[in-house]
Amino acid sequence: MELLDFVRGPGLQIAVIIFVAGLAWRLVHILLTVRKVDISEPRSEAVRAGGLRAIFSRFVHHEPFRTRTFNGTVLAYAMHISLAVVIFGSAPHILFIESFTGLSWPALPAVVIHVAAALTLAALLTGIGRRLKHPVLRLISNFDDYFSWLVTALPVATGLLAVAHVGARYEMLLALHILSFEIFLVWFPFGKLMHSIIVFGTRYSTGYAFTRKGARV
Amino acid sequence: MSEVTQKYPLDEDQPRLTVKDPHPRHDTQGDIDENERLRRAMANFAKNMNRTTASYMEACVHCGQCAEACHYYVQTGDPKYTPIWKLEVFKQAYKREASPFGFFYRLFGLKREVTVEQLGEWQELIYDSCTMCGRCSLICPMGIDIATLVGQARHGMFHAGLVPDELHETAMRAKEEGSPLGATAEVFEDRVEWMADEHEVDIPVDKEQADILVCMSSIEIMKYPHSIAATAKILNTLGENWTFRTEGYEATNFGMMAGNSGWQKEATMKLINAAINCGAKLVVLPECGHAYGALRWQGAAMYGKPLPFKVQHISEFLADAIASGRLRVRKVDQTVTFHDPCQVARRGGATEAPRVVMEALGLNLEEMAPSGDFNWCCGGGGGVITIHRADKLRYKVFELKMDQVEATGARTILSTCSNCRQSYADAKEHFKWDKDIESLLELVADNLA
Repeated sequence: MELLDFVRGPGLQIAVIIFVAGLAWRLVHILLTVRKVDISEPRSEAVRAGGLRAIFSRFVHHEPFRTRTFNGTVLAYAMHISLAVVIFGSAPHILFIESFTGLSWPALPAVVIHVAAALTLAALLTGIGRRLKHPVLRLISNFDDYFSWLVTALPVATGLLAVAHVGARYEMLLALHILSFEIFLVWFPFGKLMHSIIVFGTRYSTGYAFTRKGARV
Repeated sequence: MSEVTQKYPLDEDQPRLTVKDPHPRHDTQGDIDENERLRRAMANFAKNMNRTTASYMEACVHCGQCAEACHYYVQTGDPKYTPIWKLEVFKQAYKREASPFGFFYRLFGLKREVTVEQLGEWQELIYDSCTMCGRCSLICPMGIDIATLVGQARHGMFHAGLVPDELHETAMRAKEEGSPLGATAEVFEDRVEWMADEHEVDIPVDKEQADILVCMSSIEIMKYPHSIAATAKILNTLGENWTFRTEGYEATNFGMMAGNSGWQKEATMKLINAAINCGAKLVVLPECGHAYGALRWQGAAMYGKPLPFKVQHISEFLADAIASGRLRVRKVDQTVTFHDPCQVARRGGATEAPRVVMEALGLNLEEMAPSGDFNWCCGGGGGVITIHRADKLRYKVFELKMDQVEATGARTILSTCSNCRQSYADAKEHFKWDKDIESLLELVADNLA
């Protein structure tokens, strides 16, 4: 079996099974932990609204924090937004998603995707450089941070190579691109990539609790 | 548990309780086997784990932005003061032992077992260099309430006998004598009598029935007793049916700060029982930050059911009385700045109350930048002011406050927390600083119309 056949067939199936099972297990484990009920007299009853507000308000730092966090925030947004453009705006990706879900939407022009992919890679490279250099980031980083970076960067890099037809035959580059995405899927539930899901729960919980006290969210 | 070791004897003759050799060290309490120490630390950390805190432990992306909100990191540039790093050993233990993929971490050796040496090393980070001010909880893009996790880590550290000696001793003294500073019921009654005479004000104690129970903090009783008279003057002017009760007069809660929930509950229950005994509909808490959190937000959990009375910080009580027109004050021609106590404002939600009071007093308020919910901590909260070995770091951190105050041009700082007041007063003496820290409560009492 050719590598491309494998990654399009059993490889993808295995990756999706591990992704779904791991994701479910990690979320169920959190949800099964005992829920603490606050019985103090609330200052505000609008706790659910506070939880929802926190989900959105934490996308932007409160004003007093903006100067000191500017570089990190710009870098994070550059990476996340451009990556989202590549994942959800590229025609082949939309076809791939449609084959799974039946959902489809208009693709962005190829040039936009190429620029976004280059920007993603540049942001990822700057990010890893910063993580290796910044004393705080260097201290607090662990295997998860570096491996999660690697499995995010590989699909972007191989995708760019495949589009540019550089380094190997297109079929091989495409196979490596899909394989790297499958590695991303397999790692997703185990490491920090899960933040893209857990973030909604943690922001909501904190927004809920702080609103109950009448405190700033 | 436990007595403090005699390796670093306590020096009780000093104005503040301290050890005779305040050089950096890790304190231990009790003669406990290392494995048992470790087991207790982790068990008591895990005991309070719930859905929210478990998701916090899973959520960190190591972006490091919490460092930028922490006065210890900002002032020193030392990355070890990054708030989430202060929890690293507990995160490590959680991931390895209790997380959904703990087996995975153990199998591939991705997380090493935490050692008691590591816990000792982390004592400085969990106690000396964290006031649980919660500024980091406001900056975290993931919404992790880091201050709550530090509180939970302190539970583990306490039960493992890994608390800085001064804080442990202060908490134990509070448990045994009813006050961390020796303000026993007899001492309190004596101070009340003194203040009643000196200020010619009626101060009811142990009334059988009262609508309002008032409490004080040890710092006020021992260091700022005029707060007792000020509170009485205001409540008498309002014609309230109020009282102090000798079975529950002390609002501070060092059990909470040190990390012993049993002691925390004991202290809280004294206030709750005192309020119930006199049929109080309202408990007014003193100018003390953590006392507010202990009863207003954690009191019901200690009681096991909703509290049968309302709880207000004195600044909230004053603001309500002024807003309703029941309390009138004279205008004060003075320029001041205001220090927001973290546990009342950022962590407690009562940020606006003192501003209502200051506006009524007609003060020229020059706000610090930043202020309110984003104000920098004074550096003395979370029991840190009791830890003498942390003084050097605390003063370093306080320089941030000095810069903030200097920038306002005000000579007088007002606050509504006696611990912050003590922290400022101590730093004033240390730096020979020409600024004065005063109580908003006392200013109101001195200017009743």
